Amino acid sequence: MTDETAEKLDSPEKLAQVLEGIGYLADTGVATAAFLALRMRRPLFCEGEPGTGKTSLAVALAEGLGLPLIRLQCHEGIDAAQALYEWDFPRQLLHLRALEAAGGGQLDAEVAEQSLYTERFLLARPLLKALTSAPCVLLVDEIDRADDEFEAFLLQLLDENAVTIPEYGEVKARTPPLVVLTSNRTREVHDALKRRCLYHWLEHPGLQREIAILRSRIPGIGERLAEQVAESVHRLRAMELLKPPGVAETLDWARALRTLGRDGLDAEVAAATLGAVLKYSEDLDRVKAQLDTLLA
Amino acid sequence: MTASARPDPLPGLVGFASALRQAGLGCDAHRVQAYLTAVERLDVGDPAQLYWAGRLTLCADPDDLPRYDEAFAAWFGGTELRPRQRGVPQPRQPKLAALVTQSGGEGETEEEGEQVSVAASDVEVLRDRDLGELSSAERRHLRELFAKLDPVLPLRSSLRYRSAKRGKLDQARTLRAMVARGGEPGALSYAKHGRSPRRVVFLVDVSGSMKPYADSLLRFVHVVVRSAPQRVEAFTLGTRLTRVSRQLRQRDPERAMLAAGEAVADFAGGTRLGETMRGFLDRWGQRGLARRAIVVVFSDGWERGDATLLGEQTARLRRLAHRVFWVNPHAGREGYAPVQSGIAAALPHVDRLLAGHSLATLERLLREIRDA
Repeated sequence: MTDETAEKLDSPEKLAQVLEGIGYLADTGVATAAFLALRMRRPLFCEGEPGTGKTSLAVALAEGLGLPLIRLQCHEGIDAAQALYEWDFPRQLLHLRALEAAGGGQLDAEVAEQSLYTERFLLARPLLKALTSAPCVLLVDEIDRADDEFEAFLLQLLDENAVTIPEYGEVKARTPPLVVLTSNRTREVHDALKRRCLYHWLEHPGLQREIAILRSRIPGIGERLAEQVAESVHRLRAMELLKPPGVAETLDWARALRTLGRDGLDAEVAAATLGAVLKYSEDLDRVKAQLDTLLA
Repeated sequence: MTASARPDPLPGLVGFASALRQAGLGCDAHRVQAYLTAVERLDVGDPAQLYWAGRLTLCADPDDLPRYDEAFAAWFGGTELRPRQRGVPQPRQPKLAALVTQSGGEGETEEEGEQVSVAASDVEVLRDRDLGELSSAERRHLRELFAKLDPVLPLRSSLRYRSAKRGKLDQARTLRAMVARGGEPGALSYAKHGRSPRRVVFLVDVSGSMKPYADSLLRFVHVVVRSAPQRVEAFTLGTRLTRVSRQLRQRDPERAMLAAGEAVADFAGGTRLGETMRGFLDRWGQRGLARRAIVVVFSDGWERGDATLLGEQTARLRRLAHRVFWVNPHAGREGYAPVQSGIAAALPHVDRLLAGHSLATLERLLREIRDA
């Protein structure tokens, strides 16, 4: 993204249009959040039920703005080496051997060491890559899975858009990356991290928006099928299931029905394809017992 | 446009932020500044943008959102924000904090006689006494004994590698050693998966029927939380679910208990075990907190109404958790039979039913957790 294109995006609506162009239908909240994140150069912290489009927002932003997407999937025990950088030991060792051979067995230790800790032997992991290849979109996915220590480690990066590598020095981004953090709320993220971010809580889309999403993401879907699927999913979400379906499940269901050549939803085909929407056998049993209310 | 035609919006915005603070949101100066910057970048004439500017910068939790919506409607919608009554103390429900101080006030007259009895009573006797029937002096003594507990959490295999005698070849370490020797090959280093403590989740029933035990049990939970603050989570169950892990992470037991008491709004109220259990699983458990964890439920299993839901949710809990321990203060009594509707529904899905009415039984629980 050049500064020129950034200039053109002077309102949340314009950004929403850009995202719509690539098939991501953002409501006012999402559009404003992304717009402010871009303009205020602040990370965007997205929380919400699974399946509300947190991760796909980052993907869509990267695509819509024409930026590379760099993704860091967090997990328990993730540490700086996996997230930031590592030294390429095998290559360093080969290099050392080569130096030794070239010097006829003689090696100036200081020169050798200096040549070892250069960019050549630095393996950039997602965070370092995001700093060096900015402008880009950095997705820190499911930060709630990482440990507290890792959050603290992220603070410097988010504050200064820079990291310090002891043997090498400071690496600072020329243009700060657009950072999107997502969390499923399996644990509370530290306030120090949240304070540096814009906070956006995502809800499932409204009925009309979900119909629009279906129509834009599944080319050729009939209006009737889109409406029936979206309405049924909304009823499912109201049913107190173990796992209420997200937008991805709605899309899966509609695709399944299209694959079967259906352009409408009836009890028989719904029963046969419910597995695309519901992922627990208890949920399946409960819904199958009251299929008529689902399609009412 | 002159300044008089368009008044400075700043006091209004800052005033809104402080109204939010009154409503209980944690919007500090840092957040207010972000708010003002956000407003600057947006079209303030558009109510939707004005709304989102505040929601994105001043809120930090889904629980903040309803309060924000209410305050926004009140502040910018023209109606007056319902002011908090200043100076008028809000009527409070009985809370755990009350129990902390209760020892001083209530039993003043019998105090001296008790001192003697504690001095005489052996620790061994206190260990087997029912927690619900202790005098205030014995309670104080018990707190000291709690401090001496040494909880050990069981280990589970972690993703990270640690160096070890055997296992997979640790390339980086081997090579580092070679570099140190100027490139000469030497002994190979190995690594295998490390071990980290398994998560433990406590669900403490604080409904009316558990009142005699709630204080002691939370103190016990505090000791375990302190032993591994990042791996132990605590919730209270009653008419609703409250997460008290953060409060109990404080080192000082009295402060931790006060903070927990502040957080728990439904102390000594009714029970809706099934519903609160479902709330726990929906919001926390299924997403990861209960997965492969040891879940300890402290409850007498008194469920008003239908216990089917509790049964279902306990079954669900067991599928998520590594072990489910149900600790019932009454289970240690002679002649106890698990016939209450709640415990009867939950029991088939529980790994162990344990007693938890005395220090000795809580020590046994710690051993069970260690060996789980």
